[in-house]
Formats: sequence, structure tokens, C-alpha cells
Amino acid sequence: MDLFIQLTLTGLTNGAILAMAALGFVLIFKASDVINFAQGEFLLIGAYVTFAMLAQLGLHWTLGLLLTLGVAVALGVAVERLVLRPMIGEPIISVIMVTIGLSSLLKALVSAIWGNQPKAFPPFIPSQPVKILGATVGEDRLWAIVIAIFMLGIFSVFFRRSREGIAMRAVADDQQAALSMGISVKKIFAWAWSIAAATAAIGGALVANIVGVGPELAGFGLRVFPVVILGGLDSIPGAIIGGVVIGLLEAYTGGYIGQGLNQVLPFIVLILILMIRPYGLFGQEIIERV
Amino acid sequence: MLTLNNIEVIYNEVILVLKGMSLQVPEGKIVGLLGSNGAGKSTTLKAISGLLKPEDGEVTDGSIKFMGEAIHHKDAAEIVRMGIFQVMEGRRVFEHLTAEENLLAGGYTRRERDLSSDLEMVYSYFPRLKERRHQTAGYLSGGEQQMLAIGRALMAQPRLMLLDEPSLGLAPMLVLEIFGIIKRINQEQGTTILLVEQNANLTLGVADYAYIMENGRIVLEGYPEDLRQNADVREFYLGLTEVGQRKSYRDVKHYKRRKRWLS
Repeated sequence: MDLFIQLTLTGLTNGAILAMAALGFVLIFKASDVINFAQGEFLLIGAYVTFAMLAQLGLHWTLGLLLTLGVAVALGVAVERLVLRPMIGEPIISVIMVTIGLSSLLKALVSAIWGNQPKAFPPFIPSQPVKILGATVGEDRLWAIVIAIFMLGIFSVFFRRSREGIAMRAVADDQQAALSMGISVKKIFAWAWSIAAATAAIGGALVANIVGVGPELAGFGLRVFPVVILGGLDSIPGAIIGGVVIGLLEAYTGGYIGQGLNQVLPFIVLILILMIRPYGLFGQEIIERV
Repeated sequence: MLTLNNIEVIYNEVILVLKGMSLQVPEGKIVGLLGSNGAGKSTTLKAISGLLKPEDGEVTDGSIKFMGEAIHHKDAAEIVRMGIFQVMEGRRVFEHLTAEENLLAGGYTRRERDLSSDLEMVYSYFPRLKERRHQTAGYLSGGEQQMLAIGRALMAQPRLMLLDEPSLGLAPMLVLEIFGIIKRINQEQGTTILLVEQNANLTLGVADYAYIMENGRIVLEGYPEDLRQNADVREFYLGLTEVGQRKSYRDVKHYKRRKRWLS
């Protein structure tokens, strides 16, 4: 029983971080139909920039995190300006290819600046173990869950109520029609990429706090795919629930069946979901009027 | 209010679609623009609203002036902010948004934060949209989607509304209803309207002035009552010949009969 609770907590926290990387992914897909293969690298950059701010520059963590968010937003805007804007009007598949190139570029940039060695990270959220129902779990891991839920709330309200949020969904539905009502598609894309980079940066900072920084953090990018396929590429709640489900699955298989299988299982789920519900559990179905 | 002076539009740097097109829309009026498929009606509207660029079209000659200001080099968002709103052909509602969210998207350029009184105004023209406000727009009927498309335009409070074939694919009863509402919007809101249509009879019924275009230019213009008397309009656009007589197939030689305005 103790093992079960322990695994559940680990799974939930891993899931929460996966969900945060997935949120940005979903956001970009919702606004521009682009599958961003560089999402994992956004997380990586977030982790390393936080590391630079806190460990190398020695800033207070509030200021450091704010600056990290600033860098993330600037990164999002830069990607939109330099990479995506010239691609407007090109087929979506070309844009997706560009994001693959972007992911290699960002990864190379990180290892050029910070090297390839994993580094210890001065925790800004206390990581002392806390006892819950007999299981022990780091306090920072619990914060990951809280922050993920908080982000889910903010995003849901943003997309349902705010003008920019509705405009973003409108652009995803029909770009030209959105253009005809004065919605600037370029601005919306810049918004989407900045917010995506910022959420990934928060996720990155949390991961860095929990496990330290290292180039293997980009591997999160790959693990995001089962999450978003499960939850639906364009669903915000789907990203969170998908994240938690994949996180739990990984933890349970790792704990009960054996390490190794838990690396593979998410992708087995991915294939199953693609066969049964290709648009995911919560994704939009394609509306056809007959 | 709006003046198109001898404009030329080229798609993909090769295809000449508008060949010296001129028209005028006076403030507060409904102006009809008639023509068959491929005449260049939609292109004309897109040239005005700045939507040519995403389709690789370009105004290469002539000028488009709105309230005395040249607008053919401005982008779509700027033109909407100046008060021109195009209701695109084929309704183009945002399928996955609810009816009300569609309307709010239409009001995107408004400065006011609270648009609830505008929503009520739209619902007073289209009570059916109020019943369906929380439904996904993609599942509305064709008529309701067209109402939503016009309602979306109303939300922006435009000074000039460009309507591209609002009758497309709708039942005749609904078309009558929509045209009635267009007339009301013009009278009650004071919105100037440029109406592109294939339905000549209805358009001449609501318009204050009308243009007929073929092959990328205007071939005929006039007040509706004068156009109705024109023999060519009667035959080719209204489907009438001698009043009360049916036409025998022997006389229908459209391919031989030359329109007087082409020569």
C-alpha cells in the first residue's frame, strides 16, 4: 500500500511537469496548427536560464524567475519573427520541419553555452521530503502539482473569456476569416509562441529544481507526444489529464513491473490512442455538416 | 464614401482579374454589385478589405479611397479599424467557437471592454441567435450561420459593410428574411452597404444604386428602376422577356445574341 501511494505521488508530480510542457505545445497547435517539435528545448532553455540566473548570477529567486520568463517571452517572439513569419503561407508541413531544425539549433546553443555536464541546481523551492499517508515526497514536487493546476485554471479562463483568447481560437479555426475581422494573425502567433515558451520555462525551472540541469532534459519533448496525443492536440484540460495519466502509468509500470518498460509504455498508449481516437480523448472532432 | 478608381488586380503576378474597375459607394446607401461567376465581384471586395495579400493578389494600378484616404496599401487589420468590414462569401463562421464567441471575435477591434449591449443589439436583429448563443457554430443551420456572419460584422460597428453573396445556398424564404434585415441595418444603424450578389431581382429590390460587372470591369450602372427597364438586364439577369410571354426555345440563342454593352 505504501508503495502504491509513493508511486501515485511520484506519478502525479511527473505528470504535472509533463502537463506544463504539453500546455505550451497545445497552445501553439491551437493557434497555428503547427506541431512544435522544439517544445522540449523550450523547457531545456527555461531550465538553463533559471540556472544561470540563480546559480551563476546569484539573483534572488523571484527576480531570477521573472527574468527567465522575460527571456522565454523574448525567445517566443524571436522565433515568430525570424522563423515563422517568413513561412506564412507555406504548407504546414514545412513549418513543422522548421521546428525540428529549431530544436537542434536550441539544443546545440545550450550545450555551446553551458556544456554537456549535468549540474547541481540551488533549489529555490525547498526540496525537503514531506510525509503524506506514509509516503515521502519532495516538497518541490508537490508545488509542481499546485502550479500545474493553477496554470490550467488561468489558461481555461483565458481561452473562454478574454478577447485575445477567443481571437486565438478564431485564428486556429479560419485564418482568413479572422483576418477579415481585424485580428492580426502575426500578433496572435507571437502571443501563442511567447506564452508557450513561458509555460515551458516554468516547467523547466521546476524540473531543474527537482532533478538538476542537464542536456537530457530535452527528452521531455519526446515524452510530451504521448501526452498530447492522449489528451487531444488542441485541448487544454486534455494536456493536464494526459500528463497525469502518462505520469501515473510510468510510475506504476516502473514500480510494479520493472524499470525499462515504463520508458516504452507511453508510446504503446500513443499507438493505441491513434488507432481508437485519433483526435485524442478531449480533442476537437472535425465538424462536418451534412 | 468609398471610391474605386480604375483599379487593376493581378493574382500570382500573372492573372489579371480586375481590368480597370471603378465604382462609388455614397454614405448611408446600399449599393449592389451584380455579375456572374468569375466576373471579379469577390476580388473587388477583397481588394477593398485588404484580403488579397494572403491569396497572392495585388492591386497594381488605380486607387481605392475610403473617406478620402487611400487604403489599397494598408493591411486588413488597419482597414477594419478604419470602419470597413467584409462578410466573406460562404459564411466562414468559426466552427468550434460558440455563436456568442463568434460575435465577440467580430468585436475584436472595439475599444470598449464590455460588449454586452452590442450583443443585445445583434440578438434584437437575429432572435434565433440568442436561443443558440451557447451552441457550437459549426452545428448551426446554413441560415443561422449567415445570420451569425452578419451579426459578427455588426459587432465591429463598421461604417461600411461589404456583403459577399449573403443568399448563397439558402432557402428562398430565408434569403428574403436576410435581405429584409440588411435593409433594416442600413436604415436603423446607418451602415453603408456594398452588396455583392447573383440574385439580381432581390438586389435591385433593396439597393439604391447598382453596378453590373463582367469580365473584370463595370459594364453597366444605374438606379434599380432604370436597370430593370434595360433589355439586356431583363434578359440576362432577371430572366424576363416580353411580359407575360413564355419564350420559345427557338428564340433562346444566348450564344448568338450579343449583349449591347459588349462590343
